[in-house]
Amino acid sequence: MSALTQLIRREITGAWQGGGGPLMACGFLACAAVLPPLASDAGPGALVEAALPITWLALALASLLSLERLFERDLDDGSLDLLSLGPAPLEAVVLIKALAHFLANGAPLALAAPVCAVSLGAPAGAAPMILLAALIAGLGFTLTGTLGAALALGARRGGLLIAVTVLPLLIPPLIFGAAATAQAAGGGDFGPALILLIAYTLFALALTPLAGAAAVRAAQG
Amino acid sequence: MFGLANPQRFMAFTRPLVPLLWAAAGVLLALGAWFSFTAPEDYQQGDTVRIMFVHVPAATLGLGAYAALGVSSFFALVFRHALADAAARAAALPGAAFTLLALITGSLWGKPMWGTWWVWDARLTSVFILFLFYLGYMALRAAIDDEARAARSAAVLGLVGLINLPIVRFSVDWWNTLHQRASLIRADGPSIDGAFLPALLTMMAAYGALFLALWITGIRTEVDRRRVVAARARAAAGA
Repeated sequence: MSALTQLIRREITGAWQGGGGPLMACGFLACAAVLPPLASDAGPGALVEAALPITWLALALASLLSLERLFERDLDDGSLDLLSLGPAPLEAVVLIKALAHFLANGAPLALAAPVCAVSLGAPAGAAPMILLAALIAGLGFTLTGTLGAALALGARRGGLLIAVTVLPLLIPPLIFGAAATAQAAGGGDFGPALILLIAYTLFALALTPLAGAAAVRAAQG
Repeated sequence: MFGLANPQRFMAFTRPLVPLLWAAAGVLLALGAWFSFTAPEDYQQGDTVRIMFVHVPAATLGLGAYAALGVSSFFALVFRHALADAAARAAALPGAAFTLLALITGSLWGKPMWGTWWVWDARLTSVFILFLFYLGYMALRAAIDDEARAARSAAVLGLVGLINLPIVRFSVDWWNTLHQRASLIRADGPSIDGAFLPALLTMMAAYGALFLALWITGIRTEVDRRRVVAARARAAAGA
């Protein structure tokens, strides 16, 4: 057990230091959210319509940040070999890495998402729902992204490859999350979309440790 | 089935099969083209109904090829069959081509019929995402230099894509759909007019034969390529 807590501590400090922390992710979110209003010459009314879609697009793109470094550094300096020989199973290592990435990247992004959406014109009453949906979807994004990062290990142009392989897999949580927040903003029933979003995240939670560990073993050869 | 997992036996079994499949595909395609052009015009769609004879089989095969890719990936990953990996690899490019063909013909049909080249409708979007899955699979495969590593990583992605595909399908189904429902395989029999059935069914068979021919030729080429690589390595080690 102490090996696991050590690993959690190591991963969280690793995720927060060296420019990979929450500040950078939130900065990216802010930049991505400020571009569409500048690029569109439509009136403020059209922007209100697009507030939630822009927020979700920015969230999905921001969740890809620093995924490339999740395993690559550890593979290069050999610590991934040590981790896979250690007491914790590789599945647990993959899961802990994903959760640490979520704490450093996904959770701060979820906190920033309501601010981003409301400043673009979404109703303030929808902010709690946006926070909740962004938290759940962020966990799903991170878990799927972790799998993509494990798959892209040892590949040339890893970052670009992760984006190409992971973004299609992020479509379901994007649809469910956007539907839940849109329903909440319009005063509709957000239950079904939220439940499906939770289902996707649980599914990713079950799949990522197994498939990610298989991919890491493949990369170690 | 597992007997054919032995590359030697597979090569011996498929050697006479390949020309037969190519011939069948050629004959069926010619026959299907004949049926397609002699079929009557639709009372509503006019001549554009003929696009369906290319569009429907291409879309079916695009999906079917992904199923073949996913199942081959499963066998490659779980049973470590080298041949299953070659099968997954050989299914990717034809599958992507069929999916792209379905997208292009669908868009050509959509312009006169729906009045637009493209709508973000559930069916169209999920086929487009299927195409993106193919692209991701091929990109991952091409990006990793070590072949064994590339094969295993690609197999995991192919399998995840196979599980994710129905989820994508249901998630995009949430939108209202413009695309018509299935009209060929239904519980109450085909709802399509009998005049179009010969052309459609022949084209389905032709595309099926064409995919099998492309797929098996691809697998055989891959096996041959690996033999050449192995022979070269042996020659270099001996020299």
